[in-house]
Amino acid sequence: MSSRLIARKLRDLALMLGAAPQKPTPEDMTEEARELLAFKKSPEERKRRKAAIENERAEAVQSHKWRMIRWASIFAVNGLFVASYWIDLQLVEGALTASRVLGFHFADVNSSLQLMLAHKHVVINLVIGVTTVLLIYAVIGGRTFCSWVCPYHFLSELAEMVHLKLVGKKLVRDHELDRRLRIIMFFVFAVLAFVSGYPLFEAISPVGILSRALTYGTIIGLIWVGLLLLAEIVWSRRLWCRYVCPVGLGYGLAGIVAPVRVMYDATKCLHEGKCRQVCLVPHVLDITKLSFAREVETPIGVDCTRCAMCIDVCPTGALTFDIVGLARSGADDKSEEEGA
Amino acid sequence: MKDDEAAAPTPPGRSSPRVDEARRRLLRSAAVGGVVVCASLLTLLDHRAVEAAPRLRPPGALDEEDFLAACIKCGQCVQVCPVDAIRLSDLDQGIGNGVPYIAARAQACDFSCDATQCVLACPTGALSHLIDAKEQSRMGVARLAAPDACLARKGEGFKGLARGEAFKGHLRYSDIDRWKPQPVASHPYDLGTCDLCVRHCPIKDAIELVPVSSDPQDRRRTPMVKDACVGCGVCEMMCPAEPAAIRVDVRVKGRDPGGPKT
Repeated sequence: MSSRLIARKLRDLALMLGAAPQKPTPEDMTEEARELLAFKKSPEERKRRKAAIENERAEAVQSHKWRMIRWASIFAVNGLFVASYWIDLQLVEGALTASRVLGFHFADVNSSLQLMLAHKHVVINLVIGVTTVLLIYAVIGGRTFCSWVCPYHFLSELAEMVHLKLVGKKLVRDHELDRRLRIIMFFVFAVLAFVSGYPLFEAISPVGILSRALTYGTIIGLIWVGLLLLAEIVWSRRLWCRYVCPVGLGYGLAGIVAPVRVMYDATKCLHEGKCRQVCLVPHVLDITKLSFAREVETPIGVDCTRCAMCIDVCPTGALTFDIVGLARSGADDKSEEEGA
Repeated sequence: MKDDEAAAPTPPGRSSPRVDEARRRLLRSAAVGGVVVCASLLTLLDHRAVEAAPRLRPPGALDEEDFLAACIKCGQCVQVCPVDAIRLSDLDQGIGNGVPYIAARAQACDFSCDATQCVLACPTGALSHLIDAKEQSRMGVARLAAPDACLARKGEGFKGLARGEAFKGHLRYSDIDRWKPQPVASHPYDLGTCDLCVRHCPIKDAIELVPVSSDPQDRRRTPMVKDACVGCGVCEMMCPAEPAAIRVDVRVKGRDPGGPKT
């Protein structure tokens, strides 16, 4: 692996752990990226981009292709849980905290960690289950769990739509929080589990509450979920997923090596910023700002949930799904050596 | 330039808007973190409140405190139970949210599965893998809680459906179908002396009817619970008195198959 690649991975990691995105100095950039930036800063190119943006806004076609595919995935996975019990399909038994998939143990990273810290035993089935799950997410892409599986993510997306409507009418406004809260929550709940002897986070985690409500009909917990959604609608956009929930962290870490990611191609970018407006974790898209890209083609960092909202919204195709090792058109000159 | 504005000295006693926003953001973050942690701690308080009426746990459950720590709240035990005896608690049970329990009066564990399927399904060992036979479970102990309501003690028989037509519970009637639990409501009785608790007890030598007096004419009998009782709750489910004359006292300690019996 090249030093540039390692530096990028470390930067992505720091970004997930709460660091602010850094604007690169010219020395940080590749030769091509510097040339591209100089070209993009030329008056003619600026004028062309401005015209293109106006043109694009006049047309205003919004694709929901990936959102629909993703929602189908959330419904399918959670539907499998429900059907496995209710119509005895027996494919995915349990809940999102732990399950047997075709008889194999699967377990959530954070749930298992909470449990083992509280119980003070290494539970071998959970170690197996977590390893299996992490291996899967190391392939299909880190926090994919969040946006392609988690039922709370779906509800939160609906809440976000309402929130944005209300913001548009100036009835509410978004209150941003510090992203480092999520990391603090992770450690606070780890310590609490160890000290109290109970997996405290599990009792209030909307992931488990929703997963169990769907399959087992335990609906009192939905009051808590409703309160969270209400806070997201009237007070802070995507409050739980963005700033509190530590569940995605473990998956994010596994995703460092994931070959499935969103690729950013700076040559096609108009730097309009639509992608950052729809993104759950907009800091990963800071590289799409003019003069923030270190390389001409940059994979989006580990905090990305691969929700593909940015791909749907990007008018120029500057953001696309990419799989390391699979050839893409026009990717022949790619100077990456990942996946080795 | 914008940058110059930000760098310009702010009037004394007033911080710049940017610093204000940063401070508010930190305060908000701390507040949200505090609320979430408090919410989780509330579940502990809530748990203290429900401790007064502990719930019956599935066979093999570790002692209550360990059980609550070791359960990953996945419900796999629920899925394998042939009589649907196991249910999951909800958020009103505080830290017990998502943890399995058995409401014996509505549907007791009658060991229809023969050997603790729920234990085999449990991925974490919260239902201890140390047990592999129903006799080893220590869920609780049955007790004749309302002796005056007991038909046998009154020397009475029982005729009809044990729990009425509307009752949804199932029980293994081995002579009908060993592998398919039958609805209790499909099974009428005609008993000279009511012995439903003894007749259907799935554990050998756990309960028997003993005469109340030495008088052979006295038909009164009393159900006597013995050491072998595991607290499965079948007697509580089958008792025709309303409310049940015989009930299970839940064990919260000393039920861990790996620990000492108390």
